Amino acid sequence: MKILVFVKQVPDTDDVKLDPRTGNLMRDGVESVINPLDANGVEAALELKEKYGGTVTAISMGPPQADDVLKKALAMGCDESVLLSDRALGGADTLATGYPLAKAAEKIGGYDLLICGRHAVDAETAQTGPIIAAFLGIPQVTLVDSVSIDGEYAVCRRVLPDRFETVRVKMPALITVCSEMNTPRYPTPINIMKALRKPRYVWNSRDINCDPEMIGAAGSPSSNKEIFEPPKRNTDTRYFTGEIEEMASAIADTLEAEKLI
Amino acid sequence: MLINLTEEQKMIRDMAREFTKNEIEPRDKWMDENGFDFDLYKKVVDAGFMGINIPEEYGGGGGSAIDTTIIVHEFAKGSASEATFLDAHWMAADLVLFHGTDDQKKKYLPQACAGKIFAFGLTEASAGSDAAGIKSTAVRSADGGWVLNGGKAWITNSGVADYYIILAMTDASKGNHGISAFIVPKDAEGLTVGKFEQKMGIRGTATCELAFDNIRLPADALLGKEGDGFMMAMAALDGGRISVAAICAGVSEHAMTVAKDYANSRIAFGKPIAAFQGLSFRFAEMATDIKVMEMLAFDAAAMKDSGKRCTVDAAEAKLFAANHSLQICIDAQQVLGGNGYSKEYHVERFVRDARIFSVAEGTNEILRMIISGSVLAKK
Amino acid sequence: MSKEDYTGIWVYAEQEKGVLSKTVFELLAKSADLKKKLGGRDEITAVVLGKSVSGLCGELFSYGAEKVIVAENDNLAEYSPRPYAKVLTALAEKYKPSIFLLPASAQGRDVAPRVMCNLRTGLTADAIDLDVDGEGVFVQTTPNFGGNILSHICIKERRPQMVTVHPKVFSPNEPVPGAAGKVITEKVEVEADDCYTVTDVTPRVFEGKPISDCDVLVAGGRGIKDEGDLRMLSELAQLLGGELACARPLADCGWLPHEKQIGQSGTTVKPRFILNTAISGSVQYQAGMHDANCIMSINHTAGAPIWDVSHYGAVADYTKLVPALIAEIKRRKSGNG
Repeated sequence: MKILVFVKQVPDTDDVKLDPRTGNLMRDGVESVINPLDANGVEAALELKEKYGGTVTAISMGPPQADDVLKKALAMGCDESVLLSDRALGGADTLATGYPLAKAAEKIGGYDLLICGRHAVDAETAQTGPIIAAFLGIPQVTLVDSVSIDGEYAVCRRVLPDRFETVRVKMPALITVCSEMNTPRYPTPINIMKALRKPRYVWNSRDINCDPEMIGAAGSPSSNKEIFEPPKRNTDTRYFTGEIEEMASAIADTLEAEKLI
Repeated sequence: MLINLTEEQKMIRDMAREFTKNEIEPRDKWMDENGFDFDLYKKVVDAGFMGINIPEEYGGGGGSAIDTTIIVHEFAKGSASEATFLDAHWMAADLVLFHGTDDQKKKYLPQACAGKIFAFGLTEASAGSDAAGIKSTAVRSADGGWVLNGGKAWITNSGVADYYIILAMTDASKGNHGISAFIVPKDAEGLTVGKFEQKMGIRGTATCELAFDNIRLPADALLGKEGDGFMMAMAALDGGRISVAAICAGVSEHAMTVAKDYANSRIAFGKPIAAFQGLSFRFAEMATDIKVMEMLAFDAAAMKDSGKRCTVDAAEAKLFAANHSLQICIDAQQVLGGNGYSKEYHVERFVRDARIFSVAEGTNEILRMIISGSVLAKK
Repeated sequence: MSKEDYTGIWVYAEQEKGVLSKTVFELLAKSADLKKKLGGRDEITAVVLGKSVSGLCGELFSYGAEKVIVAENDNLAEYSPRPYAKVLTALAEKYKPSIFLLPASAQGRDVAPRVMCNLRTGLTADAIDLDVDGEGVFVQTTPNFGGNILSHICIKERRPQMVTVHPKVFSPNEPVPGAAGKVITEKVEVEADDCYTVTDVTPRVFEGKPISDCDVLVAGGRGIKDEGDLRMLSELAQLLGGELACARPLADCGWLPHEKQIGQSGTTVKPRFILNTAISGSVQYQAGMHDANCIMSINHTAGAPIWDVSHYGAVADYTKLVPALIAEIKRRKSGNG
């Protein structure tokens, strides 16, 4: 089985601030990590590989430091990595992100299953997976929390708000996975030591035959007019003070007054 | 930073740090109250830590002294017990690695990597620093094997280990040079594991008495050459002492971090107590001492990796670290005021954990002998 | 073909088993607002797909649709990503709406990106506000980083401008019974997707009521150090006659199911009382609960944003305060108070 798993590098926190002078995001001192749901995707890919055999390729698009998440994917057990790094790819919206990722998949070729995390925790659009699938003309199954293979088909369980659905999808197909699916494994130190010796590719937009009109800002129908911090709400907060026991007592008084106990 | 970590070493460090934060640190208090954590041990095995120091050909990670130092350093930031457990296991496995025959290495090292616990047994109830004072004996038997009698005390991992590397006297007339090392499996007939020692600290490690009553060992239970036991043990302790220095650094940093968070949020006289210099200056001392501990530990590890003899460097690293880590933990406890006396606030546990390191794996006194001997012998 | 040739506001009338999603009505109401701001010339059209769904037109008109496009085909009886995307794409290409709003439901988020890709246009996800600026440009406001940063997005040239919107971001108008409008029946040709088959459907069983139905909630957030601590939060919730909920981080790491998540990307709740425990209070969380009647929070950081929305607060370590509170409540309940 040939599995491609897409991973994104995201900031390790929601506590991002804007520089009051420039209005831009302050990225200093903010650590970057692998999008947690993409780690679930890597784990899903590795479990499938262990069960059914095959290879797992990790793919990411970003500036050179995005390589860190590919290293993590390799250290978890992926067989090779592809980094799409090119100034021309920068400033892209979701359409202009899904397109080069799809072109990379095309260049790799011969894939059976593409795996994405359900969404990235910074922007949460959940669009990249379906866009890749649309460009490649393959079916998609989103919100998957378990998957097995039956011949040419992937058998997926989807988690919907009120029900579980089992979907049989013919491969090649793309699935997006939820955090409930698995617990991503720790990269073992042994795998870490092997990781950097695995095949690692860095491609630019020409390597993957991108139409220049469809990448970067030029290829992005959406544009960001401005970013801003939301207005803060203001509530008069009554604070409980003192030692723990005093606080507990005062809170209980309030709960009684509100007829909660 | 004197030591430049490679890409892989940074990844190992980050992974060990994450593992410690998620899996080890939350269990430290439980281990203090309940002892060895078998569930955590399984996770440590699954995450591949047991065989870091062992070459790849035996299923290990092929890691260097820097690699192992990185890992115990990170582990210790969550639990001194867990770091000590792992260090003791590696030390014992190292004995097989450096002194075993090909057959012994092929038999035991893959097991050490796969998760079988090893323990290193030198100390006895009446002989610690004076190794030649051990009373355990191993006598050749008619069939070429050995008969082991005696006992051990204060052996880390005893009671949970699968294999013990036991040092016993094979020729009392030769003193230190009459000691040999033997590989003893846990199910050997005549091996009795006594009660668990109720320790002041590192209570998450298993420490018991062992008794040997005419244990019959095959000829190939002898590890290394007859009479080499003491020298083998001392060399193994060099590595152990480097790890302990790193463990002290980790425990100290943990204590300092807890104290820092407390000092930044505890309000007294209208401000966080961190605003008072009497307290904040303490952190300057702590941070500086911790940095020195780290540097000494990693420098000694680098020396070990380069193949040079690192006995004095390891001793210096451990001496400094043991002395300062206990004081740092006590200072951190002081920052917490009355709350520092409560088990809920953790720091008292670090004080109890840190206390052992001026004694275990070479007392401060022995280390001073080693270091001063080296200094005074210089031309 | 330029953007001036595109006109009208579309709302995807998501339906399941013949029942329209309530979000559709919310979007129809907002469309009326947008229509006014855009000068009043854009027709508001609801687009509904299915096997026999023309019976839904009446309801759509009553909530504000001026026109309904009904696309019926046996192969559209059940939702399937590619056939639905294909039909919506063809309809959009034919009718050229300027704006296309969809609910940010499982179905909406599944099909919208495929349509957007087919049309090579822009799709703004999870908009929390829609407006028209001084130059007559349609602007969408979206959250990033859990809502701590907001963006104003516009899709300058491509059409339609597609947007998904979460439930309860907007409010529906009062339905006007008997409202009427134009119905266009599109006899679409679409094959079933043989590659995608739903073979089994099992209803989900949840512990407790949906959090949006709860009067009392106790919620845990990123500051909860140990999964085991959720037990004591649950106990506290029960003592108050309520249920356990959470902020996004606890759902993201799987400690609680997504259904228990309060916030922009989870569920909006309006309980009588909510206790936030170890929750920093990101914008996306606040957006999901700020209308609660009585808001109390426990957090060990004096500067956390959660205080901006809290009526009562305790700057404390929850691992100490919550057990003390549970003990105190039990004491009072057993009459020792």
